[in-house]
Amino acid sequence: MRLLTDTGPSLREHLEQHGPLPTLDQGRLLEQVDRSGLRGRGGAGFPTGRKLRTVSAGRRTVVLANGCEGEPAADKDVALLSRHPHLVLDGIAVAARAVGAVETHLAVRAGSAALPAVRRALGERPQGVVLHEVPDRYVASEETALVNFVNTGVALPTFGTRPFEQGIGRRPTLVNNVETLANLALIARHGPEWFRALGDPDEPGTLLLTVTHEGVRRVLEVPTGTALGGLVSLEHVRAILVGGYFGTWIPADQAQGLALTHRDLRAASGALGAGVVITLPPGVCGLAETARIAHYLAGQNAGQCGPCINGLPAIADALHRLAHGPWDDAMMPRLDRWLGIVAGRGACRHPDGAVQLVRSAFITFAPDVARHRTHGPCSGHKRPSVLP
Amino acid sequence: MRMRVNPIACSAHGLCAELLPEWVSLDEWGYPVIDDQPLPAQLVKAAKAAAAACPKLALRLDRD
Repeated sequence: MRLLTDTGPSLREHLEQHGPLPTLDQGRLLEQVDRSGLRGRGGAGFPTGRKLRTVSAGRRTVVLANGCEGEPAADKDVALLSRHPHLVLDGIAVAARAVGAVETHLAVRAGSAALPAVRRALGERPQGVVLHEVPDRYVASEETALVNFVNTGVALPTFGTRPFEQGIGRRPTLVNNVETLANLALIARHGPEWFRALGDPDEPGTLLLTVTHEGVRRVLEVPTGTALGGLVSLEHVRAILVGGYFGTWIPADQAQGLALTHRDLRAASGALGAGVVITLPPGVCGLAETARIAHYLAGQNAGQCGPCINGLPAIADALHRLAHGPWDDAMMPRLDRWLGIVAGRGACRHPDGAVQLVRSAFITFAPDVARHRTHGPCSGHKRPSVLP
Repeated sequence: MRMRVNPIACSAHGLCAELLPEWVSLDEWGYPVIDDQPLPAQLVKAAKAAAAACPKLALRLDRD
């Protein structure tokens, strides 16, 4: 489509497909990005133009491109960086011009399949982007953790500092996902009207999604506003996990016409997150799947904040008992209480995401919860997991 | 003024809940649960004392 094309990864092929990057001045770039309506593709969906303007007001600013993709079920950043690294490097150059950056960084997961392509691309152009290989850990891709890693070598979230005020070298730092930056590279070339011609009017453009369906994982590019039912056939699907391990379970009948925008997903008590979509087939226990993710997220906490260190394992353990037994229904009020007090009390949003996922499971799989509470584990709880 | 805890610095000494029970309670692991509403004026002095007493200096008072 726009980002994922048939073009090869070399600089020559990239230039043949897209042409050279025009040299726009800072004011014009900021104006173009504002008018494009581009929102961040890393999860939060913050308007990119506003973020650029905030950072550009600072002195000796820094750009940090986030291609770490902590989600186990996500592949889109790796796909983009492997197939079109120059689009991301162009995006870094555009962002650097827009905020007046004096240095630029690109963070990729250590051992990432995209590293060879990224290294080759960096060797093809004299751009001076510093490449960082970040430990393969869920919270390491959180933006304060990334900034901390570049500053100190420790990939753990920090408390009380915001990268756009005080980031790398304590300077105002623009942290953007690599898909966001690749879009900047196209907006600089083709302008905001071109960009807005595709997708939802309020959240225009395309989205890179990682869709796992019937055991196959694919990266797709679709216009924003595409209905979930338009991605895969939901005929033999019970529920969909949208937004990844920090995401939300949505029942298949609600998902059919649900549009992939931040607005529509929020209205359905969900979140788009980093574009991860996983379908749950019938006969698989949604509680067992959720318990497995909760266990993973508990193990991936940074070990820094008490509520997360204690609360997430407690929640994961209770869920495991509910899914697989033995369950004592006196646990229910405790589990409810934990879900109520853990969110919002960490340095980062790791506990919040875990709680949101579990809460959505309790709503979407409410009949299963009731049956597990009274009759014990269902027949689906031992089926192999559909999640990575 | 609002009271916040730096959850990385906090190590569950629990002094804050003893000194400011009107505003801080402890979860079952001993970590503070703090009301995030603006502090009532009559509690500001006690809140400052609690923040100063924290062995980890993990409590912050932020102006609105």
